[in-house]
Amino acid sequence: MTETLRRIAIDPLSRVEGHGKVTLLLDDAGHVHEARLHIVEFRGFEAFIVGRPYWEVPVVVQRLCGICPVSHNLCAAKALDAVVGAVPPPSAVKLRRLMHAGQLLQSHALHFFHLASPDLLFGFDSDVSKRNLIGLVEKHPELAKKGVLLRKFGQQVLEAVYGKRIHGTGAIPGGVNRHLAIDARDAFLKQLPDIKAWSLDAVALARELTLKNVERHKGFGTVPSALLSLVAADGSLDLYDGGLRAKDADGRVLFDGLDASSYRHLIKEEVRPWSYMKFPYLAAMGPESGWYKVGPLARLQVCDRLSTPLAEAARRDFLASTTGINHAPLAFHWARMVELLHCAEDIEHLLHDEALVMGELVSTGERQREGVGIIEAPRGTLIHHYEVGEDDLITRCNLIVSTTNNNQAMNEAIRSVARQYIEGHRITEGLLNHVEVAVRAFDPCLSCATHAMGKMPLEVSLVDARGEVVSSLRRGDA
Amino acid sequence: MTRPTFTLDGVAISFDEGQTIIEAARKAGVFIPFLCAHPEFPAHGSCRVCTVLVNGRAMASCTTKAADGQVVESNTAALTRDRQALVQMLFVEGNHFCPGCEKSGACTLQSLGKDLAVTSAGFAHESPTRPVDASHPDILLDFNRCILCELCVRASSDVDKKDVFALSGRGLDKHLIVNAESGRLADTGMATTDKAMSVCPVGVILWKRRGFADPIGKRPHDVESPRQRVEGKGKTS
Repeated sequence: MTETLRRIAIDPLSRVEGHGKVTLLLDDAGHVHEARLHIVEFRGFEAFIVGRPYWEVPVVVQRLCGICPVSHNLCAAKALDAVVGAVPPPSAVKLRRLMHAGQLLQSHALHFFHLASPDLLFGFDSDVSKRNLIGLVEKHPELAKKGVLLRKFGQQVLEAVYGKRIHGTGAIPGGVNRHLAIDARDAFLKQLPDIKAWSLDAVALARELTLKNVERHKGFGTVPSALLSLVAADGSLDLYDGGLRAKDADGRVLFDGLDASSYRHLIKEEVRPWSYMKFPYLAAMGPESGWYKVGPLARLQVCDRLSTPLAEAARRDFLASTTGINHAPLAFHWARMVELLHCAEDIEHLLHDEALVMGELVSTGERQREGVGIIEAPRGTLIHHYEVGEDDLITRCNLIVSTTNNNQAMNEAIRSVARQYIEGHRITEGLLNHVEVAVRAFDPCLSCATHAMGKMPLEVSLVDARGEVVSSLRRGDA
Repeated sequence: MTRPTFTLDGVAISFDEGQTIIEAARKAGVFIPFLCAHPEFPAHGSCRVCTVLVNGRAMASCTTKAADGQVVESNTAALTRDRQALVQMLFVEGNHFCPGCEKSGACTLQSLGKDLAVTSAGFAHESPTRPVDASHPDILLDFNRCILCELCVRASSDVDKKDVFALSGRGLDKHLIVNAESGRLADTGMATTDKAMSVCPVGVILWKRRGFADPIGKRPHDVESPRQRVEGKGKTS
């Protein structure tokens, strides 16, 4: 029997450092057969970094992203630490950790307060002209202000250790290029009581919004999968360093404590002709069932604990809200705010360390031909792998970015949501809204352009098997 | 005895016999935008960024001797537009990616662009293909950024006595080459102690493995831009 499939395209979904769209393939009965999140713009960093000097790489590759450049800067530097054979001195590691915590704090604040909270506060089906940051400022000015100030604090931390709030220089192979100024440290310490209080408020709000709609959230785009994260040797979450740990969908440990260079054996990548984004999977489980989730929801459930007390209490509370592993994409928001609190506490902890303002910044060692760096970026596990020739030029580069690690998980979530909300062959605003909310829960890079101004320029077309447009709906022309 | 003077944008500048206009202006703390002029080398007049009007005539201030009674104009809208266009052409002729360049904050071309408020390319990018030369163990040559100022050619020839660099071709084909049969820097006598190592105003001749060691805010031109150096207004001056 030949099955006839119909195709619905949501195009453009948003800008993802470029462009993305969603296609839904329907069978004759109108059921969603498959969902595809396409990243249709070719970025090419892996190609054009080849032939460049290795010390340039942390500054160049961070241009992949305007939201989390620090993660790329740090991840590249970690990979190149291995290339220069260096173990960065304690001051450098602590300054990098401070950078990273500031980065996560500002990125998480941006996502929750500016991008996601309008969906959660106003409802997925609410008026799109109000469901945005401007609407949030009008209706909940104090909340919006806290979001702005939390983000500002994270960016100030970045500016102090990285030179600029976006696209600075900080981490270099073997270390970092500056200490934290004492007056900056003292100013941050004065702000921290507020930052921690607002972070606690954010956790409480995310918790409230999640529990208020727990039944709806539970089934919204929920698809079990394996989980992946970095974990410290003592089992606590380590966002900057540590070993790779994966758990299966039921929480059983698949592997643990594996170093960065083992990624190539653990993770394979599948290429599909309809997307420039690859599909990673755990090699041992195969491409069909080996896909996994990364990011806050995975991290809080992969680790044994958080190293900071308030955040660990919040994590336990989060875990207690479900039995077994929580796979609901909308739980990402609560988990993300627990991490925000963890970062605020971690920044305070680091600021009391004198190593930030004195001590060696760079170390050297015996030159190696390649290096792998792994870090937990705001959106999840980020992998940089470089090979360097004897002439110091890059000969090969492989990047597996966080959003790529979540690729199949996002596709599965979209399919699940589309199945739930599709109404026959009709494309409705409701379907668009829900697909949008599902994608955004993962905080892929596309969410910033998607929602910052509240108008996601969606175009949906229903196309029959012969390629004829049966109906279409467009938002964003008003 | 009264020293001879000329006026620069209406301000009297005294000078010593033999000084060029840009030298006299520098000594008086008045900045004329420049690029290829280097105080340790004879004037060359190759970039023309320092062009001024001398008694109404366009002249390179680095090659024109100051003369008593000259009326010199530098800070005019028309000259600024010409300088902006010159800088834009230099940018589009090469591959200048300031965001990823280790010479950012220490690059004369970049600082000049900022000083002249050049905010766009202005012309179509030529995007030439210019492979780097990483053959030397300690020196990287990134030809993508060459502006053909010839400072390295002159430093290597006049000071180092090695003739490591030369310009080849003419007109649009003009380009910097390494003076070795293989064309590779490793096959020359270039050393990191050479004068040629330190004169490049852009990011062509680089120490390997040192990039980005200066944090933003402490790079040479963050501390003192070329204008601030002349005007004596640098952060540390």
